[in-house]
Amino acid sequence: MWKWLHPYAKAQKSYQLSGKLLPWFVGLTTTTSIIGLVWGLLFAPPDYQQGDSFRIIYIHVPAAMMAMAAYVMMAIGAFIALVWQIRLAAMSVAATAPVGAVFTFIALVTGAAWGKPMWGAWWVWDARLTSELILLFIYMGIIGLYNAFSDKVLAGRAASILTLVGVINLPIIHYSVVWWSTLHQGATIIKFGKPLIAPEMLWPLLIMIVAFGAFLCALTLMRFRNEILIRESHRPWVCALVTGGDK
Amino acid sequence: MNPRRKKRLIIVISLVVGIAILLGLILFALKQNIDLFYTPSEIIHGKTETGIKPKIGQRLRIGGLVMPGSVKHDPNSLKVSFDLLDNGGGIVRVYFDGILPDLFREGQGIVAQGVLKSLTEIDAFQVLAKHDANYMPPEVKKAVVGLNQLKSNKNKGKMNDS
Repeated sequence: MWKWLHPYAKAQKSYQLSGKLLPWFVGLTTTTSIIGLVWGLLFAPPDYQQGDSFRIIYIHVPAAMMAMAAYVMMAIGAFIALVWQIRLAAMSVAATAPVGAVFTFIALVTGAAWGKPMWGAWWVWDARLTSELILLFIYMGIIGLYNAFSDKVLAGRAASILTLVGVINLPIIHYSVVWWSTLHQGATIIKFGKPLIAPEMLWPLLIMIVAFGAFLCALTLMRFRNEILIRESHRPWVCALVTGGDK
Repeated sequence: MNPRRKKRLIIVISLVVGIAILLGLILFALKQNIDLFYTPSEIIHGKTETGIKPKIGQRLRIGGLVMPGSVKHDPNSLKVSFDLLDNGGGIVRVYFDGILPDLFREGQGIVAQGVLKSLTEIDAFQVLAKHDANYMPPEVKKAVVGLNQLKSNKNKGKMNDS
């Protein structure tokens, strides 16, 4: 059943496939982010309570979602890396971590900028904000751990274990606004029933989510390709690639 | 699946499940402390699960809705006082000296941090506005409000302030 996947356990095949996918993701990112930003920032109506300040939602929410999506990707990669011991899976974990960390950071910074005018505070130690901050620390821990080992096989294993330990934080982030009374409001889109946002505001938001998703994939693929080249630098196909210059 | 992979699979899954259980128990034990605020009824009657009541002089946060018509501004300073209420029927008066956030208005959910002065009074040093998860254009909101007003009796003496 999974036989078709087997060739991609080889670094060269994966490198070629990710090279083919990359321009599509770059194109998708460019088009959707232009459409989403123009629509969201210029044409979507202002909110009844927050006026134009609510428009930061078009950066904050997609960034926060993709910060968690990146972690899910890493957790799957880490699981495969530990159980089936596929080197490329560990490389993908290492490739995704800094991208996820940056998205988390964007979510925290835009959230603070939104919180100051609306709530009246840059930062509040409520459950949602704190668990998101912990996610950033977990990301930094994974990056640090992976780079602390000179033996990259060992590094990949250690980073994978830490990734799987940290996966517990994801449901905590998502349900923090349900389980505890927090200053952060509840879920608007990802919940049972109708989204709590007017359709003319929702569409640009969905487009921005697609844009951030494609951006995450594009950045991860670039880093993944680099990681492969660095790790396989002694292999003949990489030498041929570098000297020959063809794909 | 060969036995070595199976063994690793079991180890990994038990690691994740074990940590999930551990963390679940810790969070359950700390539940009372992670809640950001008391509601007015909880200040008067105690927390729902444990019945713990805050002591006078204790620093705490309170979250509730600003009662319409209860906001009183001091004309000579930034001092302001208002009542907070919740579904449980508790009403607690908050005194605050400072700048209120943009979203502060009557009927709005807010969270205030301060010291409990008496059983139903709080001296706040920070007032934060809590906004809900609804986003809509102003025209839609007007339409929704208009519908609600047709349905309910309009006996509220609404007071508009700054």
